[in-house]
Amino acid sequence: MSKAKAPKRRRYRPAENLQLALQTTILAAAVIFALFPIVWVISAALNPSQSMSSQTVIPPLPDRRIITADEPGKLLRIASPDGARVERSAELVLLVEIDGEEKELRAPKNGYVDNIRLEPGESFLAGDDLYDIRSSYLINVDTLLNTERKPFMRWMFNSVVIASVSSIIVVLITAFSAYSFSRFRFAGRRNLLVLILLVQVFPNLLSMVAIFLMLQQIGQHIPFFGLNTAGGLILVYVGGAMGINIWLMKGFFDSVPRDIDESAMVDGANHWQVYWRLIFPLVRPVLVVVGILSFVGIYNEFVLARVLLRDKDSWTLMVGLWQFISATFGQDWGVFAAGAVIGALPSLIIYLSLQDQIVGGLTQGAVKG
Amino acid sequence: MPMAESTPAAITNQRAFGLASIFRLGLVYLGLMVVDAFALFLVYAFAADGVWELAITVGLITLMVNVINLRPWLYALRWIAPALALMCLLVVYPIAYTVYVSFTNYGDGNLLTKSQVIKLVSRETYLPEGGKEYAWALYRNEQGALALWLTDEADGDKYYFATTADFAPVAAVAAGADLPETYQGYRRLSRAESLRASGEAQNLSFGPPSAPIGIAGRRIAGEFAQRYIYQEEQDAVLDRATGSIFYPVYATGKDPAGQSYRTGQFVNDAGATLRTGFIANIGIKNYRSFLERDDIRIPLTRIFLWTISFSLLSVLSTFTVGLCFALILQNRRIPFRRAFRTLLIVPWAIPGLISVAVWKGMLNPNLGVVSNLLRAIGLEAPPFFIDPGWAKAGILLINLWLGYPYFMLVCSGALAAIPSDMYEAAEVDGAGWWSKFRDLTLPMLLVAVGPLLIASFTYNFNNFVLIEAFNEGGPPMVESGTLPAGHTDILISYAFRLAFGGGRGADFGLASAITIIIFLMVAAVTLLQYRLTKGWEETSENV
Repeated sequence: MSKAKAPKRRRYRPAENLQLALQTTILAAAVIFALFPIVWVISAALNPSQSMSSQTVIPPLPDRRIITADEPGKLLRIASPDGARVERSAELVLLVEIDGEEKELRAPKNGYVDNIRLEPGESFLAGDDLYDIRSSYLINVDTLLNTERKPFMRWMFNSVVIASVSSIIVVLITAFSAYSFSRFRFAGRRNLLVLILLVQVFPNLLSMVAIFLMLQQIGQHIPFFGLNTAGGLILVYVGGAMGINIWLMKGFFDSVPRDIDESAMVDGANHWQVYWRLIFPLVRPVLVVVGILSFVGIYNEFVLARVLLRDKDSWTLMVGLWQFISATFGQDWGVFAAGAVIGALPSLIIYLSLQDQIVGGLTQGAVKG
Repeated sequence: MPMAESTPAAITNQRAFGLASIFRLGLVYLGLMVVDAFALFLVYAFAADGVWELAITVGLITLMVNVINLRPWLYALRWIAPALALMCLLVVYPIAYTVYVSFTNYGDGNLLTKSQVIKLVSRETYLPEGGKEYAWALYRNEQGALALWLTDEADGDKYYFATTADFAPVAAVAAGADLPETYQGYRRLSRAESLRASGEAQNLSFGPPSAPIGIAGRRIAGEFAQRYIYQEEQDAVLDRATGSIFYPVYATGKDPAGQSYRTGQFVNDAGATLRTGFIANIGIKNYRSFLERDDIRIPLTRIFLWTISFSLLSVLSTFTVGLCFALILQNRRIPFRRAFRTLLIVPWAIPGLISVAVWKGMLNPNLGVVSNLLRAIGLEAPPFFIDPGWAKAGILLINLWLGYPYFMLVCSGALAAIPSDMYEAAEVDGAGWWSKFRDLTLPMLLVAVGPLLIASFTYNFNNFVLIEAFNEGGPPMVESGTLPAGHTDILISYAFRLAFGGGRGADFGLASAITIIIFLMVAAVTLLQYRLTKGWEETSENV
């Protein structure tokens, strides 16, 4: 199998070929282990059935049409007062597309609708027309995006805003500090660095009481930074991210040879100019990577966000997804899976496209956290 | 003495008098003024609220920022000032606060400070003996203000009308007659309306402040008086309804009833307490309870051991598996090598919460795919959420999945950095595959990866998300009694549950004490790691 790929310079011994086959098999098995949960959750997201038990790895082929007794059309969305799930005897609203025109079909609360359940493959009567309920691969995504009680897009928006603003501020502030620690020699420098490192390992999850009370207090005078606000959460994230990033960036600044700025100094440049004109352009690619990584870290954080954000509309994505898990996991499995797939995309894309830079950063002492 | 003494800094100092630098100085002053104005506002506001700890913290931070920016010899710190200020406010202050809380009884039942408790009980009223009682009806005017129509039934149905400021007898309505629909611009509320407004009305006092009238029950209103009065010279609260005196019990104080210490409560001679306790210093009681209370000692010991073994096993398993894959991927003949590597990193790139949630679904004994597959080949589905052992196994399995890509990446990088001529030399010496790995690869690798192994240990030590999202620490541990603790809880999730545990009451003091223990351990490990990376030499010698 791999012989075609092997360089032709020398012939491989059978033992080597056997080893190669073995190694490739191990890797293939590892990939199955690694990807199975992901395939599984994607399959669940595409599976029109809501429940976990009826899920199969390959979702059943959906029929994308809704067929009426006399008019063919396409089901756009099932809307109901309850949002995602239509209980028996609830008033049912179907949005269907018939001959290119969007049409709303209402079925009364009592009467025929009592006889239907929104399971694919069944039929129901609205008025005198018979409808088949069919569903599309994207029905879970559709439910996810159109449930008012769970404003998924709003959460996603909050997450992106909070994570981008925080990571930009973190990078700017810590780059200044790292420059100072890297380029200046001052009394107490080493102790300050160690102190920052030690203070940083305090689990801020558990100083939450203090942080909670503080934000509550601040919020009474500056509502922008109070509890339940993006501003307050950003403040907490930025404060908590200082230490590790100062250390990380100091490493990068250290790797820029000092001769460069010393010769500039001799030519009459001051520290400000050296920083902006010389060092900053050199480390900018690294800063971008650090910024993106802290974006992902904050995007994925949910413990602080869960305690500090009370109001559903101010939640971040992870807090929102947590609700699916803790509450009605079995029932909302399909919708949760759709949310999980969409929610994981930013992080996935960033990590996979930056894998080489991350390895560089990792060996310099950064830890994913 | 602590000057920026390196040559570049000295050169900058020499040319500190150009026009540009005057402009820059102006900018610094302007910026400081804005910051100071803002900070002073906060300090003032916090002080006015009586939150002295925050007022002092903000004040000190502001002072520090000013000193740093105004003293030339602190020039180097100017670059660090914003980070320092943020860290002081959001990391150092919360740590200090947590240390303080760990020596108090802060928690459910003792959530308020003593002066807040006094303020709270001072609001309580009672109907003194001989106080007048009325039947009442609610009225409301156009502005939404409420008023009471009072009927003194004991005095032959005499009527009174009380707004929130005024109280006057009603002469115009004959005794025994129906209540008027409107009176002085107020409209009588229907039954449903007054039911809805009764909550609002109960918080109001009617009539003149000197003789307030309040609602006591569904039908009774009366002239109430303040029940509890704090007497400052005695440091005690007098209960005017019973005449008994409640003394606060501090850590050093005696319980007047001679009973066991009830620190943080107001206690009277009969041993009764006021409804609400206050935050009091209880010394090292929280720390002593680690050893003395069975419902804490037993769970804490087990949780501690599990935390250590969980962290160690996680590091060991993820490192071993990651290293194996990295070694295999070193073989350049592997087909689709790059694709294999990318696919194997995928678990690492998924947000942890989502991964754990998906695994939780997959391991579900009734519906999950793992159980279904096992059942399909005729095996019993393991009780991943009920049996402590299986729960731990499930957690380790998930953590292996989550963590091996990290070490695969790290080891790949470190392996690539080992010079290949060392291998050639070893081969010349006739070293086999195993001896090459044991004597060359592994030692070289551990030098580079060792600190990251320690970092991974501390990371897993506090891996709250995994534990919380998988099973919230469950299954519950019987030995912990009423306190929340589970078999898969690690220290941080145990502390979190004590502090924010659902329904069973929060004990911030105890949780904070455990936090301090966690902190000390993690800090010690971090210092060890720092020494191992030869950090001391690095920060003092290099560029």
